[in-house]
Amino acid sequence: MVQTVISALYGGFLVSIKLFGLTLLGALPLGLVISFGSMSRVKPIALLTRGLVWIVRGSPLMLQLLVIFYGPGLLFGWNIWGGSDSGRMLAALTAFILNYACYFSEIYRGGIEGIPQGQREAGQVLGMTRSQIFFRVTLLQLVKRILPPISNEVITLVKDTSLARVILVYELMWEGQRFIKSAGIIWPLFFTGVFYLVFTGLLSLLFRRLEKRLDYFTV
Amino acid sequence: MALLEVKNLNKSFGKTAVLKNVSLSLPKGKCLAVIGSSGSGKTTLLRCLNFLETPDEGSVYVGGELLYDAAKQKTYSENDIRSMRMHFGLVFQSFNLFRQYTALQNVTLAPLLAAKANKAPKEELDLFREKGIALLRRVGLENKLENYPHQLSGGQQQRVAIARALALEPAILCFDEPTSALDPELTGEVLKVISSLREQDTTMIIVTHEIRFARDIADYVIFMDDGVIVEEGPPEQVIDAPTNARTVRFLERYAEM
Repeated sequence: MVQTVISALYGGFLVSIKLFGLTLLGALPLGLVISFGSMSRVKPIALLTRGLVWIVRGSPLMLQLLVIFYGPGLLFGWNIWGGSDSGRMLAALTAFILNYACYFSEIYRGGIEGIPQGQREAGQVLGMTRSQIFFRVTLLQLVKRILPPISNEVITLVKDTSLARVILVYELMWEGQRFIKSAGIIWPLFFTGVFYLVFTGLLSLLFRRLEKRLDYFTV
Repeated sequence: MALLEVKNLNKSFGKTAVLKNVSLSLPKGKCLAVIGSSGSGKTTLLRCLNFLETPDEGSVYVGGELLYDAAKQKTYSENDIRSMRMHFGLVFQSFNLFRQYTALQNVTLAPLLAAKANKAPKEELDLFREKGIALLRRVGLENKLENYPHQLSGGQQQRVAIARALALEPAILCFDEPTSALDPELTGEVLKVISSLREQDTTMIIVTHEIRFARDIADYVIFMDDGVIVEEGPPEQVIDAPTNARTVRFLERYAEM
């Protein structure tokens, strides 16, 4: 029994990790694009992106998962996700990437706007180009500023992956929960907690090390 | 012949005119001090000369050649503006040192990037370090090369900022209230460095609230009020014997402080 549970949990854990990793891979860069959109001098673009960010941040991720998964089929008859596990994973990834990109975009925006104008102007009067100023002056200060809020979001994402079960992505918690019905035992569910704790613990350590590395200057 | 010639500069922010027909000229090796109360347009004048603001009207000549003409501002590319800036250096009120770099790196960053962009050979790049050290020695900070800005006092940061501005050998060095953000006991060391530059005939424009310092260091003084040059001339005239009522009132207020 223990063997069965462990291997089931392990399978679920891999699904959760995949969802976690691919979401970060997509959402971290997409968030930058969205933040540029919301800071755009072209009014319609800025308004549109801010509207999107408001909708995504203002409604439950679970609702977004359901709408993205069921919406296209039920509203328009489009079968874009198919019926397979990988199709459901893709739908979950779409919802997660969009959701987290919007959160990241606000963090980036705050970080960029928080860097004093004087840093950029100092680069300008020294004849540096726009890209030199971004890569040599702004970027590292930006990273230092956003690392703490980003680490918060990343740790939240670990736990949010459990929401994917509402569209039948068999992630860690779904695997743990099914033993309640099938075998009447609850310890596998506690066991999933250990997975989450270890994983978020490792992430916290990683982020603390990164922050420590940037301790040599102040922003 | 004047090294710098500014003709009829105008600048507005929205409906507020900040500079109104400002003209001035400055011979090579001379020092110009700009005084006036806050909001008189002195800082905007410096920012226009460094093209951090774009003048709405007027022109700027350097070495007798037309550098900037506001009538043509739409035709200037970002690179054009960048090369115009290279004639000027600017030391900010709030220092604005790059925070993730040491004092030495702050001084050498821009020259290194420029040299790399021009594909300078490796040996030439090594010289920048020596040059940077020499510049920091000149401002009395040869023992702070590897310190980060947050490890330096305000006065030391401003001296690094002066060395950084000197590194690009600008024709005209501008100071925007270089001591206003400093504790009184730290202004002396910065003023001393500026005075030493004066002795080496650096062409300078200094926007300052330190009237006594302006009188001691400047060859010419401009008093600005409400975006116009109210009075100009040698310090003995503008500061010691002002004729305009507004200048008199400003200097009286200063004397009371």
